[in-house]
Amino acid sequence: METKRLRVTLATLAVVPFALTACSSGGGGNASTADASTLSVIDYYNNEPEKTIIGEVLDECAAEIGVTLERQTVPGKDLIQKVLQQSSSKTLPDVLMLDNPDLQEIASTGGLSPLSDYGVSTEGFAKGILEAGTYEGEVYGLAPTVNTLGLFYNTEILEAAGLTPPTTWDELKTTAAALTTGDQYGVAFSAVATYEGSWQFLPFLWTNGGDETDLNSPEAAEALQLQTDLVNSGSASKSVVNWSQSDVKDQFAAGKAAMMVNGPWQIPALNETPDVKWGTVQIPINKAGQTPVAPLGGEVWTVPVTGNDAKQAKAAELIECITSDDVQLSLAEQRFTIPTKPALAEEFVSRVPTMEAFTEQVANARSRTGKLGTDWPQAATEIYTAIQLSLTGQASPKDAFTQAAEG
Amino acid sequence: MTKLLFVAPAAVYIVLFFGYPVVKNLTMSLQEYTTKTFFTGEAPWVGFANYTTVLTSSLFGPAFLNTALFTLGSIVGQFVIGLALASFFRRRFPLGGILRSLLLLPWLLPIIVSSATWRSILDQDGGILNRFLGGFGLDPVPWLTSPSVALISVIIVNIWVGIPFNVALLYGGLQEIPEELYEAGALDGATGWNAFWHITLPNLKPVISVVLVLGVVYTLKVLDIILGLTNGGPANSTQTLAVRSYQESFVNFEFGVGSAYSNILILVSLVFAVIYLRVNRRAVDE
Repeated sequence: METKRLRVTLATLAVVPFALTACSSGGGGNASTADASTLSVIDYYNNEPEKTIIGEVLDECAAEIGVTLERQTVPGKDLIQKVLQQSSSKTLPDVLMLDNPDLQEIASTGGLSPLSDYGVSTEGFAKGILEAGTYEGEVYGLAPTVNTLGLFYNTEILEAAGLTPPTTWDELKTTAAALTTGDQYGVAFSAVATYEGSWQFLPFLWTNGGDETDLNSPEAAEALQLQTDLVNSGSASKSVVNWSQSDVKDQFAAGKAAMMVNGPWQIPALNETPDVKWGTVQIPINKAGQTPVAPLGGEVWTVPVTGNDAKQAKAAELIECITSDDVQLSLAEQRFTIPTKPALAEEFVSRVPTMEAFTEQVANARSRTGKLGTDWPQAATEIYTAIQLSLTGQASPKDAFTQAAEG
Repeated sequence: MTKLLFVAPAAVYIVLFFGYPVVKNLTMSLQEYTTKTFFTGEAPWVGFANYTTVLTSSLFGPAFLNTALFTLGSIVGQFVIGLALASFFRRRFPLGGILRSLLLLPWLLPIIVSSATWRSILDQDGGILNRFLGGFGLDPVPWLTSPSVALISVIIVNIWVGIPFNVALLYGGLQEIPEELYEAGALDGATGWNAFWHITLPNLKPVISVVLVLGVVYTLKVLDIILGLTNGGPANSTQTLAVRSYQESFVNFEFGVGSAYSNILILVSLVFAVIYLRVNRRAVDE
């Protein structure tokens, strides 16, 4: 009798783990019914004002194609973990937003469907952002707007010193040196030991003709030399090795940096400190004849493979709507980002003149994964490691890349 | 049979929440476990390839050394300061109780909050600590920006975080020592330091061994403080085995390599756990 009771208990307990694993987090949409009236969406716009801006656009588009949305927002750093967890429990959303450098990694797992399956047109999109959304010749993700990096400068500080914003690396060094006084540094940038530090290095690497496929080139060493010179001469704080881009923005907004390398997504925050007047120019060039080339930032929207064809088709329609011309312009205007269709650039700049430099910068911008694809994270790790070695005086710029490659 | 039933809940709990992750971690470290695995469910067996990757990585040596230094430095600092404070609070004095509870504050604060606060305290240019030192005419210290200082800085912050734990346990242990012992000792001329060495420490031994072993195991796996302060930088100077495990798993998505790192960490912890069991058994035998 007792043994029987024990067996029942054990059997009950044995079921517990399955019950636990079945409790996966929500947002699933793989019911095999043909009902496609609701779509689940996941994105990482979990902060205001972006959360509401994106939410309104999603709702408008949903109404247009006749579906209702169940939207979930997660913090940026948790998104990929969430996607992986959902893919193993087969509960991927119908529409998934990804940061553009992650797209190829996720596409390579086979979890996304190519947008050409649904006849989504990729006509008129800038080449760089299409490259980021492409894996093995198929486009998996499209972005309504993008961002990039440029040089912000404090107009009042420069005017008081009788200086104009720098256009070359030499000018950047002299201007930054001239503007360094007391607790105010000439320039701030992020050289932190994360992908953010690598992303901030790319404009200098690429503008100088360097390339992530060959980091041992003289062009790469020169770009690192520039950052190293700025820190060693005291024109930039030694703390840059510990600053994220929002730390950089805080320094600039507090008047502790006369110039900064940063992106337009900081503009809403900068507008909250109206006493800091700022302007933007493109990233300075090293030698005459060079073109400023910066990396493309921004998020692409994708259709995960959920096994529900009707819903996947609807999801593709939704993406078509949120990347349409009108939506691109309205999103760009509200979020201080840049439309992905170059044809809209002129119209956009006429609406938001402060975005002129960034819009020009985007015309020549490249994606991080365009050349290396899923090997980009490896290169990104080498880049930030080299930056850290050089800026802390552990190695010369040239040796830093060699050392970083050994890691 | 009924006896077994009483054990069942605990046994099931351990198997589910302890056994499963440990076994999963072991198998994962023998597989090529990447982002693809989550979609396809396929994780090819690769034998000890992940361990080879870990052991041949140029970061393994420094990370291992940093883990040892970080643990040793933190434990010594936490324990010495914790014991001093606990002894101090043994005396009855006005507001003693309130002060003792205030001491627990670092323990109650979320690490994410305290590490952000410490980051601004330790800031090289405008940080309060360097301003304070500047008042004495000292040059600003590159707390978090110099590879030779950063490890010391994260150890200092971890000591600050760990003091309450040490004080709480040691204070409890001190309360257990009968007052008569000190009275008898005083008659024999043992006061002050003498009393501390010959009465307090021997009687605290069992508590000390618990505090030290738990402290070591906790400190070995510290991750959030380092991520919050330096993210393993500058120039990899604050990389530890725990940070490597996290970065390989959740930054590079090399879950096999990440779990190999954490298994090495578990192995190191096990050594201390065995020492702990040994010490305790001896205490019981006595």
